[in-house]
Amino acid sequence: MKYIDEFQDPELARRLLDDIHATVTRPWALMEVCGGQTHSIIRHGIDQLLPKEVELIHGPGCPVCVTPLEVIDKALEIASRPGVIFCSFGDMLRVPGTGRDLFQVRSEGGDVRVVYSPLDALRIAQQNPDREVVFFGIGFETTAPPNAMTVHQARRLGVTNFSMLVSHVRVPPAIEAIMSSPSCRVQGFLAAGHVCSVMGVGEYPELAERFRVPIVVTGFEPLDILEGVRRAVRQLERGEHTVDNAYARAVRPEGNPAARAMLEDVFEVTDRAWRGIGVIPDSGWRLAPKYRDHDAEHRFSVEGIQTREPAECRSGEVLQGLLKPHECEAFGTLCTPRNPLGATMVSSEGACAAYYLYRRLDITNAAREATPVV
Amino acid sequence: MCLAVPGKVLDIEERDGTRMATVDFGGVVKEVCLEYLPDLQVGEYAIVHVGFALQRLDEESAKQTLELFAEIGLLQEEFGDAWDMAAEAGGGGTLPLAGEDVVEEVRK
Ligand code: SF4
Repeated sequence: MKYIDEFQDPELARRLLDDIHATVTRPWALMEVCGGQTHSIIRHGIDQLLPKEVELIHGPGCPVCVTPLEVIDKALEIASRPGVIFCSFGDMLRVPGTGRDLFQVRSEGGDVRVVYSPLDALRIAQQNPDREVVFFGIGFETTAPPNAMTVHQARRLGVTNFSMLVSHVRVPPAIEAIMSSPSCRVQGFLAAGHVCSVMGVGEYPELAERFRVPIVVTGFEPLDILEGVRRAVRQLERGEHTVDNAYARAVRPEGNPAARAMLEDVFEVTDRAWRGIGVIPDSGWRLAPKYRDHDAEHRFSVEGIQTREPAECRSGEVLQGLLKPHECEAFGTLCTPRNPLGATMVSSEGACAAYYLYRRLDITNAAREATPVV
Repeated sequence: MCLAVPGKVLDIEERDGTRMATVDFGGVVKEVCLEYLPDLQVGEYAIVHVGFALQRLDEESAKQTLELFAEIGLLQEEFGDAWDMAAEAGGGGTLPLAGEDVVEEVRK
């Protein structure tokens, strides 16, 4: 047990693990949806502490990873235009578009700025009335309400030189797509805690019922994850499939009603392409028609840009839990965090990057042992 | 980026018709919009994501989460200098520094 001492409460961790060990009688495959959970699982070796019957499959919950290549290309195109100040969260800087990234656009003279909050981008717009300020609005249901509020504020304050390139994604349709795939092996979900802090749990009972899967709302601290696994395994062993909230300290059943109301006002549901996966119906948000003035795609006429992903990259399969990162041919050779082929490697929340950081040496050693020395 | 970080409200004021707070995240202080949690009070903790308070959290859970995030480098990633980190990552990746340390540790 090389990692358990690092748990915040090793005693409690041990008790949860014992309980899981005592409950399990057959193999189960659970998917953790959130990239933060994946990070925590790999970092603390949780997958290695669990009984061998319990397999954790990494889900598509890294917003940077699933942003489609064509959206990155649109961002690069807008950021390169003279007179534009392009604002983004820092983790988008190194996400490769076709041939380059935002970091490079800046070194070529583009005015790319990193902001902590979308409201910072709005303030930049207020301070630079003669420039066009564009914010890169990506992310799941946790990031969408701040971005929605910012567009709403831009309208309220009459800031006409502010627009947003919106590519938001929604978790429930992704769960539906994963469960509908004929090759799906997932039998239970650890739902993303912070997404549920905003959205509540109302979207899940129907999914749990239709696909007969337990869905346990889970935080991302190591003990939260063990507790999520424990509750999911209990349900599976009993043949149950309900929605269970194991993260009640941060998730109320109704979520955050003010945030949900703002989402409904500013955005409308749309089909969205997920990088590596393809189009999932109703899986995203775009700006509602009444906010068209603040829609950067429209303002900069980049709606037409379409691009294809590199063929060697299998991140689509990684994102759907069909392939473990190190099973990709390019892992650690053609593709590393310094030279990423796919977004699951470029973002530290991505499964490929997490494996590269925390598992690379284990994997090399295992391969060395498996290869007979001639 | 999808992770939200707990913080403690230090101060609240109305600006441009919007309820704003200064919030302490284990030593880093940032401005946070309270429009989605308007009844949050000074001294309380909340989960904050990209400058917006999204849900209340009790003090003990908040402190534990902050400690964990600091330990695995996520605070650095959230609040550190993104250009430095991107440059450091060379051809790619906004890798948390703590992560690189782990690789070093394992190597020993
Ligand atoms: S290792 Fe690289 S090339 Fe392979 S799936 Fe992951 S990101 Fe794509």
